[in-house]
Amino acid sequence: MKDSTKWAPLIAFILLASALTYGLAKPDNRNITSKMIGASVPSFTLPPAAAGLPGLSSAELANGKPHLVNIFASWCVPCIAEAPQLKAIAQAGVPVVGIAVRDRPEALARFLGRNGNPFRAIGADDASQVQMAFGSSGVPESFVVDGKGMILQQTIGPINPQDVPGVIAAVQAAR
Amino acid sequence: MIAEAGLAALWIGAALCALQLAAAILAVRGEAELAAIVRPVAVAQALLTTLAFGLLIWLFVRVDLSVLLVGENDHSEKPLLYRFAATWGNHEGSMLMWVAILGVAGAAVALFERKLDPRTLVATLGGQAAIGLGFYAFLLFASNPFARIDPAPAEGQGLNPLLQDPGLAFHPPTLYLGYVGLSVAFSFAIGALVTRDVGPAFARAMRPWVLAAWIFLTIGITAGSYWAYYELGWGGWWFWDPVENASLMPWLAATALLHSVTVLATRDGLRAWTVMLAVIAFSMSMIGTFLVRSGILTSVHAFAVDPRRGTFLLALLFLYIGGALALFGARIGTVREGTRFDLVSREAGLVANNLLLSAVLGIVLVGTLYPLILEAATGTKLSVGPPYFNAAAGPLALTLVALIGAGPLLRWRRDDVAPLLRRVAPAAAVALVALVAVKLLAPSIHILSLLGLALAAGLALASVAPLWRRNLARAPLFLWGMVLAHLGVAVSLAGMACDSSFTVEKLVAARIGETVPVGPYQVRFAGVDPTFGANWQALEATLEARRGDGDPLILRPQARAFWAPPTETSETAIHTALDGQLYTVLGKQAGDGRWQLRLWWKPFVTLIWGGGAMIALGGALALIGRLRRGRVRVREAWA
Repeated sequence: MKDSTKWAPLIAFILLASALTYGLAKPDNRNITSKMIGASVPSFTLPPAAAGLPGLSSAELANGKPHLVNIFASWCVPCIAEAPQLKAIAQAGVPVVGIAVRDRPEALARFLGRNGNPFRAIGADDASQVQMAFGSSGVPESFVVDGKGMILQQTIGPINPQDVPGVIAAVQAAR
Repeated sequence: MIAEAGLAALWIGAALCALQLAAAILAVRGEAELAAIVRPVAVAQALLTTLAFGLLIWLFVRVDLSVLLVGENDHSEKPLLYRFAATWGNHEGSMLMWVAILGVAGAAVALFERKLDPRTLVATLGGQAAIGLGFYAFLLFASNPFARIDPAPAEGQGLNPLLQDPGLAFHPPTLYLGYVGLSVAFSFAIGALVTRDVGPAFARAMRPWVLAAWIFLTIGITAGSYWAYYELGWGGWWFWDPVENASLMPWLAATALLHSVTVLATRDGLRAWTVMLAVIAFSMSMIGTFLVRSGILTSVHAFAVDPRRGTFLLALLFLYIGGALALFGARIGTVREGTRFDLVSREAGLVANNLLLSAVLGIVLVGTLYPLILEAATGTKLSVGPPYFNAAAGPLALTLVALIGAGPLLRWRRDDVAPLLRRVAPAAAVALVALVAVKLLAPSIHILSLLGLALAAGLALASVAPLWRRNLARAPLFLWGMVLAHLGVAVSLAGMACDSSFTVEKLVAARIGETVPVGPYQVRFAGVDPTFGANWQALEATLEARRGDGDPLILRPQARAFWAPPTETSETAIHTALDGQLYTVLGKQAGDGRWQLRLWWKPFVTLIWGGGAMIALGGALALIGRLRRGRVRVREAWA
C-alpha cells in the first residue's frame, strides 16, 4: 500500500474533527434570520390582556416609533427569568409592548405584580393566532420592529443579561 | 445507600478497567504471565458496571427522588414499565447503559472467544479496556448518574411523554447493543494491528461478533423507524434527522464490514480494507453519540445539552478514532497484501458492494454535517432534508439492490460474463416485466419508485436463486440466512416504493357525522369524547372506517395532554390490513364544531418493517449457522 493512501483516513478524520471542533466552539447565535425579517408585522388587533393597560394592534406598531414586541405568557418559566432584562430595556427608554399567549387576566396580573411590568400595552392572543402570524413557535420570543412596522430582528428564547445592550442598540438604530 | 453503592461499583469498575488495559499492554510487550489476569479482570469489570446499571434501574423503579437524575426524569404516578425504561430515557442513564454494554461485550469476548490467537485476544481486550476507560471517565467526571440532590423534591418532573411508550423499553437497549457491540470489531482491528495478525483466522473469529452487533443494530433501527411512525403522528417512517442518520451510518459501515470480512475469511483478500471498516463502523457509533449529545446539530431527539460534555466527547473522538487511524497508517504497511482475484468474481462483486455502501455512507455523512460546514464557511444556516438525501443516495442504493441480486450468483475467484448473464437473466426479465407493468398501471409514478418496484421484483427472485437446484435439507444455515436477508431487502424496498408513490393523504376539518373517503375506506367521524389515563387526559375521536359493505372498524385517535411535564401529544390510531394501513390522527378543534383530522391510506407500508425484520432474522440464521459450523470444526480438530 502506498504511503499517501495509508495516511488518508487519518487526514480525512482530522478534517472532520476540525469541523466538529469549530461547531462546538462557535458562539451560540440565537438571532436566527427568520423569513419575517424585513417583512411588515402581520395585521392584527388584540383586546387588552391586563386591567389598566391598553391592548395592541398592528397600527400602533407603525406609529413612527420603534418598539420591542415581546411574546410571552404568565405560565412560561423562562419568561420569569427574562423579566429583569425587559425591565432594564424599558428603563433605557425603549417602548416594550407584549403579546400574552393563551393567558388568563388574573394569572397575568399576578405575573406582572410579582415580576414587575415593563409593558406599555399587552394584547391578549388567546388562540396563538397572532403569535403564529409573527412566525414565532414558542415563548418567550422578542421582535425589534421599526417605526413603519417592519420586523428587524427576532430573538428566540429569553433575552439574557448579556443581550440587553445589543437589543437596546438595535431599537435605537431603528429610529 | 443504593446510589452510593452504584457510584462505588462504577469507580471500582473503572479501576479494574485501568488494570485490564495495563495488564494487556504489558502482556503484549512480553510479560506473558500477565495475560492470565486479563480475562478474569474483564469479566469482573463487566459484573461491576452491570451492577451499577442495575442499581440505577432500581432507583428509578422505586422513585428515589433524592437522586438528581431520578427527580429530573421519573414520576411516582408513572406505570412500572416507564419507571423502568426512564432509566435510559436521559443522558446520564443512557451513558451508563453504554458503559455497561461496553463492559459486557468485553467480558463476552473474554469468555467465549476461542478461535483468535491468544496474543491478539489479549491485545483486543486491551483495546476494549482503552475504550472503556474513556467512557468511565466521561461518566464519572461529566455525567454522574448517581449525584444526590438535597433537599429532595416532593415529586419528580416526569419523562418526556413522547417517550412514554413501550417502544422506549426496547428500542434504545437494542440500538445500544448494536452501537456498542461494534466496539468489539474495533478492538479486534486494534488487536490484530498491534500483533500484526490480519488474516483469515482473525476474520473468522471477528465475523460472529460483527454479525451479532449488526443484528441488534438492524432491529434497533427498524423498531425505531416504526416507533417514530406511529408515535409522532406525522405519517412518515424516516425523516433524515441527524440522529436517525447517526444510527444509519454505523449500520452502513457494519453491513460493508460484514461482507468484506467474508472475503477475508474465505479468500484471504481485502485485508487492509476490512481492518479499516472495522475501525470506521464503531467510529461512526462514537461520532453519532457525539452529534446527539453535544447539541452541535439541531434534532428532534433533544437531550439536555451541556457544552462541557461535548468537549469531553470530542476529546474521546480524537483519542480513539485518531489513535486507531494513526495505528492503521503505521502498521498497515506491514500487513501482507491479500490474495488477488478476477474482475468478474464474487470478490469483485463484494468490493463493488463495499464501495457503494461506503459511498452512501459518505453521502449521509456529508448531508448530516453540511449545515455545520456551510455555516463555518458562509455563516448561512440551513437544514438538509429528504430532497438531498433521496436524490443523492437513492440512485446508489438502487444500484446496490441490483448488485445484491447478481452478487450471490457469482463464483469465487473467477467467473465469466456469459454464464453469469444466463444466471441473472430470469431475475432481469422479472424486473423488466414489473417495470413495464407498473409504468402502464401508474403512468405518473416517480422514477425512483418505479425503479424501486421493478428492482424489488427482480431481487425477490434473484435472492432465492442461490437455493436453486440445491438439496434444501443440506443447504447450510448461513446460506438460508443470506437468502432471507436479501429477500428482506426486496420486501422492504417494495414497501418504501409503495408508500412513497401510492399513499393517499387527507387533511380535513370535519364536522361530527361527516364521512371522508380515504383510499379504499369511507371514514365516518362519529364523535369526540374526553378520556384519561394514569398521568394524562385526552380527547378521543371515534372514527368508523368502512371498506366495501363490511362491518365498520372503530379507530380511536387521541389528542393527549400530559401533566408531568405538561406536554401535548397525538396518539395515532392505526388499522393494519393485509394490503396496507389506515393511519388516523386527531388534530385541533377548528372552530364552528369542526375538528382537524389527518387520515392516510398507506398501501403495503408494513412491508418496510417486515423486510427489516427479515434482514435481522437472516442475520440471526447466519450467526447460528456460523457458530454451529465453528463448533464442528473445533470438534474435528480434537478428534
